[in-house]
Amino acid sequence: MGVGIRVENLNAWYGPTHTLKDVSLHIPANRATALIGPSGCGKSTFVRCLNRMHETNPTARAEGTVMMGDLDIYKDAAPVEIRRRIGMVFQRPNPFPTMSIYDNVASGLKLNGFSKRRVLDEIVERSLKQAALWEEVKDDLKKKSGASLSGGQQQRLCIARALAVDPEVLLMDEPASALDPVSTSKIEDLIFQLKSQYTIVIVTHNMQQAARVAENTGFFLTGKLVEFAPTHKIFTMPSDKRTEDYITGRFG
Amino acid sequence: MDNPTQEIKPLVEPATAENAPLLIPKLVMSDVAHGSPDSPEPARSSEPSVVRKFLNEKSSGKLADGTFGALMLVCALSLFFIVGLIVYVLVMNSRPSLHAFGFKFFTHSVWDPVSGEFGALPFIWGTLVSSLVALVLAVPLALCTAIFLLEICPQPLRAPISFLTEFLAAIPSVVYGLWGVFVLVPFMRDTAGPFLEKTLGWTGLFVEPNFGVGMFTASVILAIMIFPVISSISRDVMRAVPVSQKEAVLALGATRWEMLRMGVLRNARIGIVGAVILGLGRALGETMAVTMVIGNHPDISKNLFAPGYTLASVIANEFTEATGDLYLSSLIEIGLALFLVTIVVNAIARLLVWAVTRGQSQRHA
Amino acid sequence: MSALPKRSPGSERALKLRRSFTNHVVTALSIGSTILVLAPLLLILGYLFYKGASSLNLDFFTKIPAPVGETGGGMANSIVGSAVVLVLASLIGIPVGIGAGVYLSEYGRGQTLGNVIRFTADVLNGVPSIVVGIAAYALVVVKQGHFSALAGGIALSIMMVPTITRTTEEMLATVPLAVREAAYGLGIPKWRTVLSVSLRTASPGIITGCMLAFARVAGETAPLLFTAFGNQFWSWDLRQPIAALPLQIYTYAVSPYDEWHRLAWAGALVLILLIMISVTLVRIFAGRGMLKGGN
Repeated sequence: MGVGIRVENLNAWYGPTHTLKDVSLHIPANRATALIGPSGCGKSTFVRCLNRMHETNPTARAEGTVMMGDLDIYKDAAPVEIRRRIGMVFQRPNPFPTMSIYDNVASGLKLNGFSKRRVLDEIVERSLKQAALWEEVKDDLKKKSGASLSGGQQQRLCIARALAVDPEVLLMDEPASALDPVSTSKIEDLIFQLKSQYTIVIVTHNMQQAARVAENTGFFLTGKLVEFAPTHKIFTMPSDKRTEDYITGRFG
Repeated sequence: MDNPTQEIKPLVEPATAENAPLLIPKLVMSDVAHGSPDSPEPARSSEPSVVRKFLNEKSSGKLADGTFGALMLVCALSLFFIVGLIVYVLVMNSRPSLHAFGFKFFTHSVWDPVSGEFGALPFIWGTLVSSLVALVLAVPLALCTAIFLLEICPQPLRAPISFLTEFLAAIPSVVYGLWGVFVLVPFMRDTAGPFLEKTLGWTGLFVEPNFGVGMFTASVILAIMIFPVISSISRDVMRAVPVSQKEAVLALGATRWEMLRMGVLRNARIGIVGAVILGLGRALGETMAVTMVIGNHPDISKNLFAPGYTLASVIANEFTEATGDLYLSSLIEIGLALFLVTIVVNAIARLLVWAVTRGQSQRHA
Repeated sequence: MSALPKRSPGSERALKLRRSFTNHVVTALSIGSTILVLAPLLLILGYLFYKGASSLNLDFFTKIPAPVGETGGGMANSIVGSAVVLVLASLIGIPVGIGAGVYLSEYGRGQTLGNVIRFTADVLNGVPSIVVGIAAYALVVVKQGHFSALAGGIALSIMMVPTITRTTEEMLATVPLAVREAAYGLGIPKWRTVLSVSLRTASPGIITGCMLAFARVAGETAPLLFTAFGNQFWSWDLRQPIAALPLQIYTYAVSPYDEWHRLAWAGALVLILLIMISVTLVRIFAGRGMLKGGN
């Protein structure tokens, strides 16, 4: 089951730039939460702070508290341990180019030292089914490389890869922004099905996407969380003027 | 693959100021109805799965990470260590000779192991002259070939010709030497030598007797060997000149040569100098081929037909036969000198080439 | 091209002629010099095949050198000796070179130490091979008390390291950040990411680099002169002098015997064929690697 995430006073910097300012919010378990806002507003930085991915950039720095259930992710564990529990799907599909489809899905387990063949076979099949890719690839799991798939298939492969480690939270950083409309709608259907089992945080610049998939939506602007509320409230009667301007397209 | 004929679900009508807040709840409702019920998987149990248990218990790997990083650092530092070690053993082993001769070692022109007299000047002379003559022969050819491959050569011939010129670099020195001994030396003795003597003998550089082996033959071999280095690096450097520079000159109505001279050569000249110096570095240290054709006689002569001797070839020839500490240490001191000179020459060349090609990558970024 | 003073129509035409003439001369020169440069290559290869092929026979690959004055004999021990020394050099040089390249690309990027090491690699690449030979002599041969295959292998490995380091670094730099991020996002530790993702993705280029370094040292003679030293007989002992193909070619080429000259040509042909095969393999391999990469 997924767990909720509680963020308190999170600040982040890239070099001297203060990209995230005093963000506090509660992300409920087993729901999809969308983060919207114009580019450069800090929404991507925010999700990267949730699994400490920002630390892979040597100039990045974050302060504040992020609790995943009872676990303080900045105090109680190493980054790799956090990332094993929080899956991530990136903006551009990034399958491992030299690995087969099977190895791509199994990579999170294999490269972490898990080697039980039979269990792996089961997990690969289940994850690919969850990602709605199984039927399309089951015949050449070990023959084709992950890079040989189409863009939409690659992104679903990346989702399967993230699901294979059985994460509690799934972070998606604009997962459909590089895809065509058909692939986008497939990804959205997927998110819909997955959110009963995982806590999903999805960053998107597409408001309709947020409206379609998420129970709650947060609006970011210049590094601050302006408003966080149930999605229908954000899109029908936002309480902040800036949110309303952005939603109605009057902004920027 | 996605079926292209499949009807695309209308995403959302354009969100105008009026209809956006109203439209969205409708969409949410319709998608909820479609999405959730046919979920392929029942909700997961709260019991952690095998996989989750395994991953939760797995260590953070900090120890392995630290060890691995340290190991890579050791590999990288070993490059330092190698260079340091080379300097150390060369200096330590040439101490007897450094003590005995001091700086005079490099200005004394007699090399007579039998009487214990060791002066390196003939070898310095031989190395410098053979390398410089090689540069004189190779640089114009290398630059012309670079220009040919960049600007003139028809596209389909480009790859094979550049492959062939670079193949010259893959031929081992000893094979050049073999070819030099049995093909080039007779050619120099019987054909090219007399011709040069007749046409350029008045300069005093080409004076009979000509046995085929000698400085000039060594220079020709060296020229062939350093040609690919100069050619390929100056090609890289010329390629780094932005197209806009060339177009600017062409737009003024320049011919191809004028474009090359003003648009390409002027901008690339520092890098070309670097390429030439890199070739010089290669020529200074080249051993086997030179040893096989230069005649191996410690003479200082203006006559390029005369046999000579280089720093590298005296080491190659006499090292294993050196009797006595002073003899051996003199040879190692020659090695030290050769090492220091090539280090300096290469460092200068690298800096010049970097200055040009690095500027290019910044322009691209 | 400084500012031109006013010219009469006649001199203008002369200028135009001169400009187009110069242009044609340069074109002709560059074509001519390319031909002039390709000539020695074709001559060398031609001679090698002409002289070498006639001396190649089964004996060449199975027999050891015959004593002076006797005909026949081969270079079997030199070929095997070269293989021994090269395997030794690769065992030392390839891991160290790749490790240093990994450090430069994955750990030392943008740092002073990284830049200094990169420069050291470039400089070491330019150190004359004979000097490397002296160093290996002083370090290994003097300590052991005699010439040895081990000393030869160490000398050649020193020559391999800088090339492999630089290629590894350059090839790792082409692995997209997104691929590394995918691995980090799965909680895979850095060391495992480097080994199983970055190096694996860059492996075609790195293998190419290793083979080029191998081909380069395969023909080296100077660093072996006073390390491996050469041997007229079979030897498998790493602590003893060992024969090597380039050394044997040298010995035979400078000898006064026609029979040995013949063998030198045959040896050179075999050596160049080995190098050609590895360079061609590299081409094929590199080409296939690029296709397989997908993007």
